[in-house]
Amino acid sequence: MPTNVLTWMIFLPLVGAIVVLCLPRNAANLIRGTATFFTIPPLIMAVWLYQHFDRATSDMQFVTKIPWIPSFNIQYFIGVDGISITMVLLTALLSFICIIASFGIEKAMKAYFALFLLLDAAMMGVFCALDFFLFFVFWEVMLLPMYFLIGIWGGPRREYAAIKFFLYTMVGSVLMLVAMLALYFYAEPHTFDLLELASRSGSYSTGFQRIAWIGLFIGFAIKIPAFPFHTWLPDAHVEAPTAISVILAGVLLKMGTYGILRINYPILPAATLDFAFYLLIALGTWNIVYGALCAMAQTDFKKLIAYSSISHMGYVMFGMATMTSEGINGAVLQMFNHGTVTAMLFLLVGVIYDRAHHREINGFGGLAGIMPFYTGWTALAFFAAMGLPGLSAFISEVLVLLGGWRSYPALTIVSASAVVLTAGYMLWTMQRIYLGKANEKYVGLPDINGREIFTLVPLGIIVVVLGVYPRPVLDLINASLVHLNQVVAGKAQVALATAGNMVP
Amino acid sequence: MAVGYLRWIILAPLIGAAINGLLGTRIQKAAGKNAIAAIAIVPVLISFVLALNAFRQLLSLPADHRFLLDSVSRWIHVGHLRVDMAFWVDPLSAVMILVVTGIGGLIHLYSVGYMHEEPSFWRFFAYLNLFMAAMLTLVLGDSLLTLFVGWEGVGLCSYALIGFWYKEWANASAAAKAFLVNRVGDFGFIVGMFALFWGLDQTGQGTLVVREIAQRAHLLDGQLLWGIALPTFITMALFVGATGKSAQIPLYVWLPDAMAGPTPVSALIHAATMVTAGVYMIGRLNFLFSMAPATLHVIATIGVLTAFFAATIGVAQYDIKKVLAYSTVSQLGFMFIAMGVGAYSAGIFHLFTHAFFKACLFLGSGSVIHALHHEQDMRHMGGLRKYMPVTFSTFFVSTLAIAGMPPFAGFFSKDEILWQAFASPHGHWWIWLVGTITAGITAFYMFRQVFMVFFGEYRGAHGGHHDDAHGSHGAHHGHAVHHPHESPGIMTTPLIVLAAGAVLVGFLNVPGGLGGSHRFETWLAPVLEPAHEAPVHEPHGLVKKVEHAAEETLEHAEHDPLEYLLMVISVLVAGGGILLAWLMYVRGKIDPSFFSDAWAGVPYRTIFNKYYVDEIYEAVFVNGALGLSKMLAAFDRVIVDGIVNGVATLTRLVSQADGAFDKYVVDGIVNGVGAVTMWVGARARAVQTGHIYSYLYAIVIGFVVIMFARLL
Repeated sequence: MPTNVLTWMIFLPLVGAIVVLCLPRNAANLIRGTATFFTIPPLIMAVWLYQHFDRATSDMQFVTKIPWIPSFNIQYFIGVDGISITMVLLTALLSFICIIASFGIEKAMKAYFALFLLLDAAMMGVFCALDFFLFFVFWEVMLLPMYFLIGIWGGPRREYAAIKFFLYTMVGSVLMLVAMLALYFYAEPHTFDLLELASRSGSYSTGFQRIAWIGLFIGFAIKIPAFPFHTWLPDAHVEAPTAISVILAGVLLKMGTYGILRINYPILPAATLDFAFYLLIALGTWNIVYGALCAMAQTDFKKLIAYSSISHMGYVMFGMATMTSEGINGAVLQMFNHGTVTAMLFLLVGVIYDRAHHREINGFGGLAGIMPFYTGWTALAFFAAMGLPGLSAFISEVLVLLGGWRSYPALTIVSASAVVLTAGYMLWTMQRIYLGKANEKYVGLPDINGREIFTLVPLGIIVVVLGVYPRPVLDLINASLVHLNQVVAGKAQVALATAGNMVP
Repeated sequence: MAVGYLRWIILAPLIGAAINGLLGTRIQKAAGKNAIAAIAIVPVLISFVLALNAFRQLLSLPADHRFLLDSVSRWIHVGHLRVDMAFWVDPLSAVMILVVTGIGGLIHLYSVGYMHEEPSFWRFFAYLNLFMAAMLTLVLGDSLLTLFVGWEGVGLCSYALIGFWYKEWANASAAAKAFLVNRVGDFGFIVGMFALFWGLDQTGQGTLVVREIAQRAHLLDGQLLWGIALPTFITMALFVGATGKSAQIPLYVWLPDAMAGPTPVSALIHAATMVTAGVYMIGRLNFLFSMAPATLHVIATIGVLTAFFAATIGVAQYDIKKVLAYSTVSQLGFMFIAMGVGAYSAGIFHLFTHAFFKACLFLGSGSVIHALHHEQDMRHMGGLRKYMPVTFSTFFVSTLAIAGMPPFAGFFSKDEILWQAFASPHGHWWIWLVGTITAGITAFYMFRQVFMVFFGEYRGAHGGHHDDAHGSHGAHHGHAVHHPHESPGIMTTPLIVLAAGAVLVGFLNVPGGLGGSHRFETWLAPVLEPAHEAPVHEPHGLVKKVEHAAEETLEHAEHDPLEYLLMVISVLVAGGGILLAWLMYVRGKIDPSFFSDAWAGVPYRTIFNKYYVDEIYEAVFVNGALGLSKMLAAFDRVIVDGIVNGVATLTRLVSQADGAFDKYVVDGIVNGVGAVTMWVGARARAVQTGHIYSYLYAIVIGFVVIMFARLL
């Protein structure tokens, strides 16, 4: 198992998808059970990975490298380092949780679970791939199931949302494809190997780096989503079924920032330094504040959470751009924390939507008296999203902002003001939905049930534990990020020096 | 000295909170409310005993080595940031933990009686215990970040407890307001924290551990941020945090509304402990504030203005708790005067005495409210001293203390502040003057309260003002409605203990002028250096100057007849306030309308409506933020998304028009996008007609083929 563990994690869900497709269409429990069954081994393997991951090195671990299409020097090359392992863990956990959260799906459920497992496989693949071509294949494969999952099982405007999501991502993919090919042909001998490309980064001219950087960045920025490429997200979230929203916000958004860290940073360090200094940091700040303010104006519960994701992903960009250990560690920790917190939030929106069949914030009131346990869980998730100390997001947000202060005190102050805005929209939502007099329409609504609590418990535990004791994640990521930070800073200087020598 | 038990001071109430919070409903059903109370009170008792032990241990050490440290574990070690989970006790935090656990314990006890009929008894005690844990983290945390964990933690508990009766919309609003206003302060706090960390990091010495900051603070000298001296910037930002937590101008507005919470909460959180966190934080970082005279000046000014304005509002309130709320804001102002003139130990001493008499006043008002079935309007009270002798006498004693009458606790602490405001090198005569006038106003409105509540004839019951469900409820059951009764022993015992404190604790710091030896101040001296002590750490110009001046002042203080004069003046002014209240509300010699109708009633109405500050904030900040958010959301929907949809529509039109034309007009990428649109559209239509599976098979098989074609 040790060497192939990642391959198993990627392809078991795919096998699961095929198995599910072979099951009889009406055997509902069998389909649910099978789908669940195929997400459990990856979860166990994730725990195993966590235990056996060497925290002292920044090298790739659990590597598999086989030639795939030798004529183009394309390899089946996978492995994880500190940055990707957190995402792999998150994906394994959320996939399992979301399968459970999808038990309520009745429409064409066989197709739903098959597509879901396919999505799971592709997500794993994206985070493990170390060959750009392989990365791209997984990236594209992910798109199709997502399109169908929103477009078929979504809400009333699902087709619009699905096509919007699809087109947006396609635009990004095209740019990414062009940049990928440019990198491939620029490298001599031609290669898609990400580590190989990174090791040659010193030889890329600054102009080339900048163009390639922008191409890749737009592709990734759409996924994050960074302003102004974010408008697909609220629509996709509002229309997507609960579990898909969880995956979308919990995992897919991270692919944007992950891609930047995995590809832009080590391969194009000089351009990274250039752009981090104004583009990335400015977009991060803008995302944080703009997302929070937009969230405040929403009346749809799910849309509000969607905009809060935009705001919270801003912290990731901000932290990455600071180029300090504090900031970049905070950014990756925030990727993980946002994955758990926002997953809880979307699951909780799903709970009330399943019961009341609407999400109008002003259409509830006083649910605390009717559904006390549900309210307790929501309070935990809300305060976690507000970055309350003792809960996980606090540590990542503080690290991100602390890292920002060294080079960007003014922007840090602007970003930090979001602590007020976030508390504003969260507490206001809390009050309108849960506090005050009970809305008579909903008296007697059943409280959160066992299955729903089951999906929340692991996330709740993680949120609390990492809030008190963040070392389990910080220790995983630190070595790789310190290395990355040095590489970017160091190589960028080399590149700039070379460029400088050539200019005069 | 390294010890291992400090963590339990925090963990004990935290465990209590966890048990009651997670299992409370079941425990309450199975074992009753007393079990809940026991689970909540025993941990606080444990904390109190451990706090006493820490205090005893400190006493046994020489003055310069009074310091206990409990390192629990590594917490956040990233980059240059090294923050551990570690708790420490020094003379300053020892005072605080004794106040928090001691008075907190009494209030827990009192709550058992007060919340007796509450169905969510367990939830109340879970929150209360959680608050204790958070407050103790704030006090014991050895770094600014751990302090901040407690800082926000108490804010959360405050939110939960103000909104405890969440079914009332107004309570929920008050809770949200408290949290939000505090968040504005927290924002200042974290900015200050970051600036401090990087300021030190510039010299390769970045840290957030308070002890280390104390040793390295001098490194900040000479650093500038945007043209402002860095220590000034840092302390100003931190002070913004203090104005939020400790309810000072401009962020005091949440505290009066916070009275929506149960009265024991008002006593514990909104009088004795949490709201003093800002004062404590300044005391904790006094060496930094001493480096920033500009900030000190702002603090003193804000303090005296807050004290004065809040006192004037207190004059016109009729709600028994609102009067106390404004008096708390006002008294906190006094503490900030002390901090602002560099008399840190005087500020902490007032914090200490205030905790006793204000907790006693709040609990006393709770006892009254309890007896009158949730009546809070003082116009419906009166004559209660006959029915509630214990509540009356303890309330009366505490009122004397807050009015600054000798020899009660408030006299010593307030007079020390006023004297320092006058005599300290950072002080000024006008601060003394306004402070003294405020002391007079305080005496007036506090005795107005005593006279309205406890003197004269009882105006409740038959008055027909009862819109209160509990009142009529009582009548139906034939309780003696017109004869309010004294509260049970579990409520009066804490009152007696606190009142005893209000009488006695002042003697801990009798000034030299009155034959005392400033024992409290001496105890704090190793921590709160600038007033008289030589700085422990590397001195620099400013500290030296301050110290020099302070020494001079001290010389004066010992012999200056002026100190006696000022003391007499302030007692006379306070006495005048009491006399006026007596004439107005007991003897009826002066009709209150004489004042309220003056100048066509404009000043009175302005004060009665709290200077319309809430309304102004609502209009400017709340509506401003909401307006901005609506505007941006509309921008997002119409402009940003409009462009996206516009591009999509355009692309579709163009691609539909003519393939050949297309090729020359639109570039390749757009072409692709158009084609994809068409492709997707066709498939989406197919999906709707039920051909999902064929595509699904195609995708999965296609993917598998791609993946394995070359491998197999």
